[in-house]
Amino acid sequence: MSKVNAILQGTLNWVDERFPLTSNWKAHLSEYYAPKNFNFWYFFGSLAMLVLVIQIVTGIFLTMHFKPDASLNASGVPVAFASVEYIMRDVSWGWLIRYMHSTGASAFFVVVYLHMFRGLLYGSYRKPRELIWLFGIGIFLCLMGEAFFGYLLPWGQMSFWGAQVIVNLFSAIPVIGPDLSIWLRGDYVVGDATLNRFFAFHVIAMPLVLLGLVGAHIIALHEVGSNNPDGVEIKKKKDANGIPLDGIPFHPYYTVKDIVGVVVFLFVFSIIVFFMPEGGGYFLEYNNFDPADPLKTPPHIAPVWYFTPYYSLLRAVTYPLLGIDAKFWGVVAMGAGTLIFAFLPWLDRSPVKSIRYRGPITKWLLSIWIVGFIPGAPVAQLLSVYYFLFFLTMPIWSSLDRCKPEPDRVTMK
Amino acid sequence: MSCDEKVDCGRRRLLVATATAGGVAGVAAAVPFVASMLPSERAKAAGAPVEVDISKLAPGQMMTVEWRGKPVWIINRTKEMLDAMTKIGDQLADPKSDKNMQPEYAKNATRSIKPEILVAVGICTHLGCSPTDKFKTGAESGVDPNWPGGFICPCHGSTFDLAGRVYKSKPAPDNLEIPPHMYLGDAKLIIGEDKKA
Repeated sequence: MSKVNAILQGTLNWVDERFPLTSNWKAHLSEYYAPKNFNFWYFFGSLAMLVLVIQIVTGIFLTMHFKPDASLNASGVPVAFASVEYIMRDVSWGWLIRYMHSTGASAFFVVVYLHMFRGLLYGSYRKPRELIWLFGIGIFLCLMGEAFFGYLLPWGQMSFWGAQVIVNLFSAIPVIGPDLSIWLRGDYVVGDATLNRFFAFHVIAMPLVLLGLVGAHIIALHEVGSNNPDGVEIKKKKDANGIPLDGIPFHPYYTVKDIVGVVVFLFVFSIIVFFMPEGGGYFLEYNNFDPADPLKTPPHIAPVWYFTPYYSLLRAVTYPLLGIDAKFWGVVAMGAGTLIFAFLPWLDRSPVKSIRYRGPITKWLLSIWIVGFIPGAPVAQLLSVYYFLFFLTMPIWSSLDRCKPEPDRVTMK
Repeated sequence: MSCDEKVDCGRRRLLVATATAGGVAGVAAAVPFVASMLPSERAKAAGAPVEVDISKLAPGQMMTVEWRGKPVWIINRTKEMLDAMTKIGDQLADPKSDKNMQPEYAKNATRSIKPEILVAVGICTHLGCSPTDKFKTGAESGVDPNWPGGFICPCHGSTFDLAGRVYKSKPAPDNLEIPPHMYLGDAKLIIGEDKKA
């Protein structure tokens, strides 16, 4: 036995002299000290990684059968649409792989929205974690792009008209807009050229950027260390060896904790994949079971659920301003609504990070802000204004709020 | 840039010049890639005019043909439809078609060559959806009790009258586009070409 150990140790030494395997393992897992008071909200980062893996693996297998081709086949059906039907009906287990991919898209947004909300609750974007937050915003934008490009590929009615609307958003930009949208489509209408390039963006360009940003997000996180539900820095109290008193090694403590999260997630994920892959029309929209028809928009058109907040901002602006169309300002509202998150680290002036120690003003304003996300919430225009005021007036109300004193060290509630 | 004893200014200048030249070459190398995403020669060539026979288009009916990948509507408007259109001028954003969304010969009250026949690109000027026809009037239409008949866009709710003119305070900024077109005979129409061309 000791001989085997010696050989293994020798192999590891051989590798370590050539590649920083052990030191990386320590830096990122066995000696990465994370606060000991992580709660339920801290599952979603690792779950996002899991969903990323699911999407990449299922995506690779889908590309083996999918054809990005808008021309009509012998039966008069667009080739791309027919190849998705082929995956569903004729490819062995193709239905499973596709449903995992389509459910994974929605699951990605569920876990990422919860992950971002966690950041809001506990002030995880505050100094010194501004760059982690900015990389995260980059990941979120990439994810939106990835979802949008992927949604065109099945070449159904919603695919086509969704892409038509979003590409036309760019045409609202004064002067360069119309040419820009032609350049994006590669044609004067959404067509075969558009489908082909969206395929390229979806399967290679966006995933590459996404992976790079995820790497940067984690490297930045491990540089400054994780925040926690109390929003206090564990690095301020260290033992004689320089290890944070309230820190525990990520591996095995949080790897094991995250496995519990993974199991629960996979339960829910499997229930959806096997029993309700269409998600009542929210995960797979019924209109998309009809092949794209450039001559007819479906009578009821709506974006997939994860884009609805931005869609409401787009629709909320209905009057022109400064001599430019309302259409342009709707686009501006939508873009600003997404990008405004990037400014959070500098908008929030509260003396404490975590919601646990923040005062009533924050709790009330944040609660009203969340109400705005309820689908079909009344007074959409008013809520859209509130959405922006929440951020823009944050420097004032966050510093005025009656905060409670933060504890010295983390608490275990 | 200040040069002290530790910096060889000649080499520094060479470095800056080389880096600038390299940067310019790098940007220039992006040109073919960016240009490759423009419509190809084949896409540019595919825009031939379409010939349509409208002899079977009864009054009150509408047909859709494809021109340059877009739906083009041809509507044979009845007298009632045309009368209803004259009463709603104050509700429209551009009732006199002042904006350049139609050829000169369609810049009139009915936005058409023949008063009853409307030829329009069925693409909403907001974000490019194709509006749905709502020809039934009043409460029966499900739009509005005073609805005089027209089009409603399923995407963002813009409304248009039967000449493709957009209503006020809607997301769409302009009236529907009238494509270049002309009559080759009484019932033969060509879309995408007119006498000026």
